[in-house]
Amino acid sequence: MVNLIRNFGRWGLGVFERLGRGHIFLFHILMGIPSVLARFGLLIQQMMSVGVLSLLIILVSGLFVGMVLGLQGYNTLVDFGAEQSLGVVVALSLVRELGPVVASLLFAGRAGSALTAEIGLMKSTEQLSGMEMMAVDPIKRVIAPRFLAGFISLPLLATIFSAIGVVGGFFVGVGLLGVDDGAFWSQMQAKVDFSEDIMNGVIKSIVFGFVVTWIAVFEGYDAVPTSEGVSRATTRTVVHSALAILGLDFVLTALMFGNI
Amino acid sequence: MHNSKTVEIIVGLFVALGLAALFMLAMKVSNLSTYSGDSGYVVTARFENIGGLKVRSPVTVAGVRVGRVSNIGFDNTTYEAVVSMSISGDYNTLPTDTSASIFTAGLLGEQYIALEPGGDEKYLQQGGEVRLTQSAIVLEQVIGQFLYSQAEGGGDK
Amino acid sequence: MSTTSPNSDDVLVRIRNLHFSRGKRKIFDGVDLDIRRGKVTAIMGPSGTGKTTLLRLIGGQLRPERGSIEVNGLEVPKLKLSQLYELRKRIGMLFQSGALLTDINVFDNVAFPIREHTNMPPAMIRDMVLMKLESVGLRNARDLMPSELSGGMARRVALARAIALDPMMILYDEPFTGQDPISMGVIVQLIRLLNDALGLTSIVVSHDVQETATIADDIYVLSEGRVVGHGTPQQLAETNSDWVKQFMQGLPDGPVPFHYPGTQYADDLLAGSDQDRVV
Repeated sequence: MVNLIRNFGRWGLGVFERLGRGHIFLFHILMGIPSVLARFGLLIQQMMSVGVLSLLIILVSGLFVGMVLGLQGYNTLVDFGAEQSLGVVVALSLVRELGPVVASLLFAGRAGSALTAEIGLMKSTEQLSGMEMMAVDPIKRVIAPRFLAGFISLPLLATIFSAIGVVGGFFVGVGLLGVDDGAFWSQMQAKVDFSEDIMNGVIKSIVFGFVVTWIAVFEGYDAVPTSEGVSRATTRTVVHSALAILGLDFVLTALMFGNI
Repeated sequence: MHNSKTVEIIVGLFVALGLAALFMLAMKVSNLSTYSGDSGYVVTARFENIGGLKVRSPVTVAGVRVGRVSNIGFDNTTYEAVVSMSISGDYNTLPTDTSASIFTAGLLGEQYIALEPGGDEKYLQQGGEVRLTQSAIVLEQVIGQFLYSQAEGGGDK
Repeated sequence: MSTTSPNSDDVLVRIRNLHFSRGKRKIFDGVDLDIRRGKVTAIMGPSGTGKTTLLRLIGGQLRPERGSIEVNGLEVPKLKLSQLYELRKRIGMLFQSGALLTDINVFDNVAFPIREHTNMPPAMIRDMVLMKLESVGLRNARDLMPSELSGGMARRVALARAIALDPMMILYDEPFTGQDPISMGVIVQLIRLLNDALGLTSIVVSHDVQETATIADDIYVLSEGRVVGHGTPQQLAETNSDWVKQFMQGLPDGPVPFHYPGTQYADDLLAGSDQDRVV
């Protein structure tokens, strides 16, 4: 019994320890951001590997999610005779929730895990140590550019996701199911507010971008430098990112949309 | 490090794509295009009952949306609801004897304020008040009145 | 056995009373070392005696519990981060695995410290990189990626990178481990040649007695957190110390025991099953 409590206590202390390490790490990254802006080439390279290469999965997923929303939305609304409001359903679902959340989950799975693996591997092959001994701060050179790239890329990707989702919903609703073209767009425009809905969605994706990239980069840097350690770190990135995204989504939604 | 020019161009396109998506959402999906900016003015109106009227509910004239409800308050002395309406600057020729009524859009729809222009030569300005108001129709009261009048009429026969 | 040198100008790295533990294990228990300028000093000892840790302590990546580590007159543990980075620019380190950056090619790897720390024009950088690669014999391999190099070649590239900024000292972490005889010979020669040609001070951490003894001017033998032997290769070959003898001659049993400590053999067999065992 005592053993159980002791183990639990040790686990708890470990959690706090990691939390503290993660925040100190974040502080160092933020301190290193000015030097990244001075070496723009590093940032561009990372945005290519983190952002651009995630584009395909975002586009395809966004399109399909939008189309499914169109289908399901139609099926439900048609019972109320309100199928002409399909545009509103598709747009609000995407812009407020699905765009930021699903894009972030996909990003965590694709780009986040790749970042963790890359950094973890660099750690285990002593490249980070080597850089330190060459008087190059690995946080400024390796970590900060990747962090900034993820932070900038995710809001862009989430917006692209929402936009193409709306297009997908349009194809299904108007193209296949016969919703009126004019009604689709006009109802949507009447009900979707730029600052309340779209900007709030963008704010969400900015928050998610910050948190997901931070987790990915930290798990890589903190990984045990063996192959098993790196693989566990990669798994942790995806799981912790997912939990963080969904938890933050609830908090942000309550803050932003709770009063309406 | 190889062909960094290409990489830069691609990343630039990526960022442009993201911004274009945002632009598309703003224009085609939201009501940004009907936003006329901040040349609007705010007038108030008092109602006995605002029903289901909410902040951001539309304010219309002849069915055209000219603004929205910006604030809903309560007067502790007269026990009336004080509704503030933010009206776009394009529509600044509303006479001071305009009346405001709370209607319902469709059967299950949301409630909105419909303004009927009067005939006065002076126009509503910032901070003005619409004096003629008609409160929202509360369904229970209507039914109650109907039953009451039925009972009365039936009793007379 | 003297552990100090007569002229203090002679000594580039002075370590006194070094104590360091990892967890509960005491790695260094009062170690005194002198690394003389311009010489190749070897640090040898059985696996796990913390030789790599020593290099990390000299480079400031780790902090000692007690004791002083002086490099060129500067107290390393007391340096601020910016000063430490300045110092590191003057020290080259060769990691056991080479630690090349895997996403850039050989040329860019060697050019890395030059690009990071100086503002030299590309033409000058090219000349410098070619010179460094030439001195390790890999000038024509400059377009290869690290994944295309053999272990020995990767280490030579790492060596070229370590001398890129013309350091005053190079730390070699197990440079001979896992090499075939030819590449071993190459590395051995390079360490000595570069040391003399460039006026470097070299610290070689190794447990390869044969090869190290051929190029070292000074040897320290560490065991169980202490210096157990010090001198020229000649002196150590003629030593009376059991520790040093076992190590230098590669004897399987001696002060470092063959059998893992525990119970006696006879008692273990008679016990019958491990459940009755008292460990």
